[in-house]
Amino acid sequence: MGETVTRSSSEITGGVHTPRRHDSAHKHVTGSAEYIDDMVEPAGTLHAYLGLSERANAIVTSMDLEAVRNAPGVIGVLTAADVPGENDLSPTHRHDEPVLADDQSAFYGQPIFAVIAETREDARRAATLARVDYEERPHHTDVVSAMEAGYPHVTEPLQLRNGDAETALASATNRLSGEMRIGGQDHFYLEGQIAMAIPGEDDEVTVYSSTQHPSEIQHMVAQALGTVSNAVTVHTRRMGGGFGGKETQGNQFAAIAAIAAKRWNRAVKIRPDRDDDMIATGKRHDFHVAYDVAYDNDGRIEALDAVFAARCGFSSDLSGPVTDRALFHCDNCYFLPNVRLRSRPMKTDTVSNTAFRGFGGPQGKLGGERVIEEIAYALGKDPLEVRKANFYGIGERNVTPYHQVVEDNIIHRIVEELEESSNYQARREAVLAFNAAGGVLRKGIALTPVKFGISFTATWFNQAGALVHIYQDGSIHLNHGGTEMGQGLNTKVAQVVADEFQVDIETIRITATNTGKVPNTSATAASSGSDLNGMAAANACEQIKARLVAYASEHFGVPEEQVAFVPNHVQVGNQLIPFHELIRQAYTHRVQLSAAGFYKTPKIHWNRETGQGRPFFYFAYGASVSEVTIDTLTGEYHVDRVDILQDVGKSLNPAIDLGQVQGAFVQGMGWLTTEELWWDDNGRLRTHAPSTYKIPLASDKPKEFNVELANWSTNKERTIRRSKAVGEPPFMLANSVLEALSMAVASVADYRECPRLDAPATPERILMAVDRLKQA
Amino acid sequence: MPDTVRHELRFILNSEVVHLGDVSPTLTLLDYLRLRRRLTGTKEGCAEGDCGACTVLVGRLGPKGLVYESVNACIRFVGSLDACHVVTIEHLAEINGNLHPVQQAMVDFHGSQCGFCTPGIVMSLYGLWLETPKANAERIEKTLQGNLCRCTGYEAILNAAEAMAQSDNSGDKLIVTHEAISGKLAELRDGNRVEIDSPSGKTIVPGSVDDLGAVLEAYPGATVVAGSTDVGLWVTKHMRDIAPAVFIGNLVELQTISEDESGITMGAGVTYTDAFEALSRGIPTMGDLWDRIGGEQVRNMGTVGGNIANGSPIGDTPPPLIALGAKLTLQKGSATRTIDLEDFFIDYGKQDRAPGEFVRSVFIPKLPDGDKFAVYKISKRRDEDISAVCGAFRLRLSADGTVENARFAFGGMAATPTRAKAVEQALIGQDWNEANVERAMEAFEGDFTPLTDWRASARYRMMTTKNLLKRFYLETQGQAVQIARHQKALAEA
Repeated sequence: MGETVTRSSSEITGGVHTPRRHDSAHKHVTGSAEYIDDMVEPAGTLHAYLGLSERANAIVTSMDLEAVRNAPGVIGVLTAADVPGENDLSPTHRHDEPVLADDQSAFYGQPIFAVIAETREDARRAATLARVDYEERPHHTDVVSAMEAGYPHVTEPLQLRNGDAETALASATNRLSGEMRIGGQDHFYLEGQIAMAIPGEDDEVTVYSSTQHPSEIQHMVAQALGTVSNAVTVHTRRMGGGFGGKETQGNQFAAIAAIAAKRWNRAVKIRPDRDDDMIATGKRHDFHVAYDVAYDNDGRIEALDAVFAARCGFSSDLSGPVTDRALFHCDNCYFLPNVRLRSRPMKTDTVSNTAFRGFGGPQGKLGGERVIEEIAYALGKDPLEVRKANFYGIGERNVTPYHQVVEDNIIHRIVEELEESSNYQARREAVLAFNAAGGVLRKGIALTPVKFGISFTATWFNQAGALVHIYQDGSIHLNHGGTEMGQGLNTKVAQVVADEFQVDIETIRITATNTGKVPNTSATAASSGSDLNGMAAANACEQIKARLVAYASEHFGVPEEQVAFVPNHVQVGNQLIPFHELIRQAYTHRVQLSAAGFYKTPKIHWNRETGQGRPFFYFAYGASVSEVTIDTLTGEYHVDRVDILQDVGKSLNPAIDLGQVQGAFVQGMGWLTTEELWWDDNGRLRTHAPSTYKIPLASDKPKEFNVELANWSTNKERTIRRSKAVGEPPFMLANSVLEALSMAVASVADYRECPRLDAPATPERILMAVDRLKQA
Repeated sequence: MPDTVRHELRFILNSEVVHLGDVSPTLTLLDYLRLRRRLTGTKEGCAEGDCGACTVLVGRLGPKGLVYESVNACIRFVGSLDACHVVTIEHLAEINGNLHPVQQAMVDFHGSQCGFCTPGIVMSLYGLWLETPKANAERIEKTLQGNLCRCTGYEAILNAAEAMAQSDNSGDKLIVTHEAISGKLAELRDGNRVEIDSPSGKTIVPGSVDDLGAVLEAYPGATVVAGSTDVGLWVTKHMRDIAPAVFIGNLVELQTISEDESGITMGAGVTYTDAFEALSRGIPTMGDLWDRIGGEQVRNMGTVGGNIANGSPIGDTPPPLIALGAKLTLQKGSATRTIDLEDFFIDYGKQDRAPGEFVRSVFIPKLPDGDKFAVYKISKRRDEDISAVCGAFRLRLSADGTVENARFAFGGMAATPTRAKAVEQALIGQDWNEANVERAMEAFEGDFTPLTDWRASARYRMMTTKNLLKRFYLETQGQAVQIARHQKALAEA
């Protein structure tokens, strides 16, 4: 029975708003965190490997796999004809993406067969022995050349309109137009794609998949096997990084493993080599942006007409929503009174591009920022001044191109505080003075803001489920539909549960995502993980708490309002009962100690036909200042200092959120600087491993890196504990690096001309821009 | 052939002495750990030595005694581990689960997110902590050049590393057992040749350099494997067979560095790491170049001799060595011959090396007093990248300021590392001034017709090559024209 104490004064460990360490940190540092390739393999596990096509656009006229079949250790080979169900993986059900290509190679590196062998090495060696004949056709790997060749769209384009852009452009005070190329990006998750399938009885199969979207894996595997979803169970404990690259791209591997597992009735694992992973899976979309803008003499935009064309690859995948999001974000923080925005999701003869942190938002935003930069150079102003002139207003000038009203605008305060804390104005003066000396080295500085819309634009994805059990001993089992890819989602959701029950976080066991526990989940994507799953888990806790309160009230004869969850105890009238003790009693009194929680985001709606609605529940804001130095002889550069102020609402976990901001920034910086995808004349990607594809190193991190969370911010909307999403928004803070590099380049022509620096700004692009401006 | 041939490898894995008679020449340390020992803390990220997820420490008895160094297990062959001590992530925490100070710092400072790169980062930092417990930010960044992290942006990891530098390493397991392990490794190194046959061919570890000569006479088609930073990729990426494979990393005789009045003689088996001190001391900017070759794991494995012997047009050591007038000694059987290094490179993929012949040593003449020298590397990413262009400049001015001698050598500009003779000629006898330098820059067009590839376009290669001469000129005039991440003395050229 409980102690008769009035109140426990101690606090729980790991409650919300505390900088709790990642729940797997101990396992990460000891190497004991289990990834799929580390799992004990069932006896007799087979290994699959993909055979890739070697033409960018061709008919496969013959495929001789005899040598593959006869190679040592080989059990069998799968081709398109061996897919028992539908040979399609399209996440939007457009039937444009085969598990294994049938008679056509749609890009250089497309999987055309799979070989199954006793060991991975046997399978990999055997896969090289195929003899494939092709009838080649002309190919276009580049978005501009695809447009010129009249290639089709892979999905319906979107148009957003507000006001009358055409008329306003015709009567512009000032007008300019231009174009920009923005490169793609490989995810370079450290753990590559992997799946292991274990056959069960009847049509059942269990798939261990490194995926951000277990429910989709489940549906795709069922579809490929020609069965129904209840036969397939997908299990995901953790990923070694995802970044969007495991939203749909795991489908192929899971499907092949499952098909082989059922066919040979043995466990089958598939893990491509890093090169094949990078060649055969989709990436961030490259964009070509064409803009035509009207602006007044203060730099205030009067009208914008812009076309965002994307390299989508051979199939639609998620290119529709990705290109939509580019349009949703090209306004960034700026009011566009007259605007027409059009997307062009171009088919190209390349791998099908896919989700990547920001999901088209970064490209849209970068195009919009280029417009600001152009206006600033044309008027001889600091781009920051032009930005401020265009910021969305409070209560006026606040309608987006998609007709959502910006109700939670805090960009003015964010920028004002950052400008102050980073000493922006004085440092800009110093940069100008440094450059005025005319040396080989030049500096640049830029302050760029971010406003990012939070919610899936496909409204129905904004739902989540969770499953919470309390066992008789008071220990808690937590499961939810989100996936852990390093972002600390499990930690945050456990913090919510700890807070709900007021128990130490150690009481809670976080368990692997499993489609058998929580069904019909959405991808852990769009920064929505903790917003959705935190709410769903809280809902499950509330249900159990309500039962416990009812039980305690009745059993101890106190009014329900006198039952309260206090640190590791339950206060029942004047009694303080240890949590586990109350649970034991509740069990014996047959109280249900398990609940399935659910959440759907309120307020949102979106009509794609009219281009109007409220696609986003709220916006997350942030800003950064970057200062860089370039070498005008070689184009080499260095990021000297970066200051960031990021809005995460009322942070669920400031340590994890800080890590997300730092990591996103550096990843964004990589995208805009050294990460370059390069296709040769045969349409073959040649930057497909870390030896050729260069992501940032520790020594590329900004030399001085000051990152702050806006601790005064709170979400205006009723999100989980008033926090805000953090996964994607800070990625776009890196835009200030590109603009600072641009300013350094502009100095060689005394800032008379916008350098029109394309991304990624490799040393080569910097030097070429310097050369161009010097010649001009 | 020595008196005794051993048919097993012997090494220490964490706390256990391993006798391994069942090994193929292409078995990597990573596969051995993960597939055969189920030590799955060591991860495969790229299988080419660039990401560092597979970092382990290897302790070896070199010229300086037992030294533990970080290496990439993915491209390290088990055949190269005879008489070594392999230390994996599983060796760090105490049996009772208490974390090692390096691990604890990573937890305390939120240094892991997805966790996949983390064991490798812990091992790299552990290697640093053993060697330089109080490392500064620059040294920490250098240590982590070979470790990619895609999640954290590195800030938290660097904070952890700086915190780790506050804890004392004297009680650490590997420091406490240093003598015992040294003794044990010395005992395992019995001087015998190791020969192991497997279905995929023969693994040979010669007992001495003389024995190496004999082995290569017997197997002139054998693959000589030193640091395996190149050969490793032949296997992991191209699935080439390398049998018979001759592992020479244990031959301490090939790892000697000797210096006299005339210059430095370096055995072909000297690693980049071991060469650093001797080369960076007397030759301006060589240290800066050296720190940008591969990552630390690659510098711990790769050898100067290997970089030369493989004849890559983009190797980073030939341009400066050619500019310095280095000479190469090759050995076949017991006979040696010495040639100018620049004559070794005949054409793309073709070197002046006979079957059965191996690189024995390289001689680097002392830079004469008064000669100016600089080497510059241009790459997409500053560190751990392959050169788009690597240019080395050596210049001698007469008392009146005219160019007496110029020797400029480049990587990335032709099928082999090559001198820019037209540019040299355009300058010799001329005043060393800006106008003449700018005129000479145009002569590069006659020297080189570079390629366009994913590292750089032909145009960029040509432009930067010209501009590097300009940079060299400006630096000789005392101008600071290079970006320095960490404050250093200005280039001495």
